[in-house]
Amino acid sequence: MMTRSATIGSVSTGHLSRMRTAVQACIQCGTCTGSCPNAFAMDRTPRQLWRLLLLGEMVEIFHSQTFILCSACYLCTLRCPRGLPLTELMAGLKAEAAKRGIGCHRSSSLFYDSFLANVRRHGRVREMALMTRYFTRLGRLGPPLANMGLGRRLMRKGKLKPSWPQKSSAKLDQLFACVAALEAEADGARES
Amino acid sequence: MKSAYLYYPGCTLETTAVEYHRATRALFGRLEVDLVEIDDWTCCGASAAEASSPLLALCLAARNLALAEAQASSSDILVPCSACYLNLRRVAVNTAQLQRVNTVLAKEQLQLAAPPAVRHLLDILSRDVGAARIADQIGRPLDGLKVAAYYGCQCLRPYPVFDDPERPTSMASLIQATGAEVFPWEMGARCCGAAHLTTKRSVGLKLVAEILVAARGADLVTTVCPMCQLNLEAYQGAVSRAVGQDLAIPVLYLPQLLGLAMGLDGEAVGLPLNLALSEALMMRLNGAVAG
Ligand code: SF4
Ligand code: SF4
Repeated sequence: MMTRSATIGSVSTGHLSRMRTAVQACIQCGTCTGSCPNAFAMDRTPRQLWRLLLLGEMVEIFHSQTFILCSACYLCTLRCPRGLPLTELMAGLKAEAAKRGIGCHRSSSLFYDSFLANVRRHGRVREMALMTRYFTRLGRLGPPLANMGLGRRLMRKGKLKPSWPQKSSAKLDQLFACVAALEAEADGARES
Repeated sequence: MKSAYLYYPGCTLETTAVEYHRATRALFGRLEVDLVEIDDWTCCGASAAEASSPLLALCLAARNLALAEAQASSSDILVPCSACYLNLRRVAVNTAQLQRVNTVLAKEQLQLAAPPAVRHLLDILSRDVGAARIADQIGRPLDGLKVAAYYGCQCLRPYPVFDDPERPTSMASLIQATGAEVFPWEMGARCCGAAHLTTKRSVGLKLVAEILVAARGADLVTTVCPMCQLNLEAYQGAVSRAVGQDLAIPVLYLPQLLGLAMGLDGEAVGLPLNLALSEALMMRLNGAVAG
């Protein structure tokens, strides 16, 4: 448990502590769970997840599938009687899990990562390059096979091209670098 | 009604949703409204940026708003993709981060001061254009077709700007303007599963299945988002096999439906690029124009 907790970090500082403060007003009514189209597939319901966050049980949270299964439909956010920013918190947990490299969320983290690398490089998403990179890094054959039929259909329609012409001259590299620097600065300030 | 809008197509309208792009341009052309593409626009961050860094998500979207502001600050921006719409709109709401965002944008000599309003395509079609203008120009009446209006999530949640976020109705009068009927169902604002179809396939398929099962009895489904469209049309085979029923149904983008009803031909609205069409619908469309 020690080592697991060490990589996961404590809830007393930084982003996790801000997230915990954000759910302080939760009354455990379960409206979020009742609204969630993905609740059927979750090991912990959204209501339970917010309870765990209040208790600071980060190990439990990061080993659950709940936040990864959020498809950002915003129904819970719309209906929560306390007006809590729940969808945003789900995204925040995805970001924290990715930052910590937590193994059981590797495939989702890799997808986000591959996506952003693609955007950083090209300015606009080049879907072929993205999918190739994602599935190669994932190193599993199942998903690409499941998606291959679709890829072929899209290519036949001319919607996916092995190499999409680059239209944007934007330099997103600079934007990504500048954001990273600002965030490192803010993290540093928070820790000290 | 305005005679011009800035236009942010977003990445998918150059690839998997190129027919949405084509139909939107053709429809607004027919309505004599100019769409001026934002020069040098880039990706809005999709859902990946927020799941990685909130500041990055804001900055990727803000860059496009700053470009739009520099280009024509008094025009509204028309956005056809619901995910792009949410990301761009979030920047305008999130004033607490404005200073940090501007620090990043300044590296490119860009700045956000008074960005143009961000508006969903459905908002502009239902409130600026309006059903009456569509009804005036019908060249291929779609009488007798039953259309299931699918809104999805992010065009109305979390920002319910132009319609009810739980039981939206803004497509109804537009559909009726074509002569078609609105298919009664409760799935209009349900989630299509979004990126689950790539990362959590079995969960995504279940959400798609529920929607397609509920659409039985309709002649077609209309959408206003590339992600919803792809999820509802591309997995019909897999979902039909899983539930043991034939759930095949044509899925059209709203501008395709309106454009066809206004007499545009299939090619002009990108119809050959759709993945789920039926012979019955094609015959109906061809028959309507002849008769
Ligand atoms: S809906 Fe809001 S208050 Fe109710 S359990 Fe969920 S987070 Fe808590
Ligand atoms: S936003 Fe996420 S957690 Fe909330 S109801 Fe939708 S899918 Fe469930």
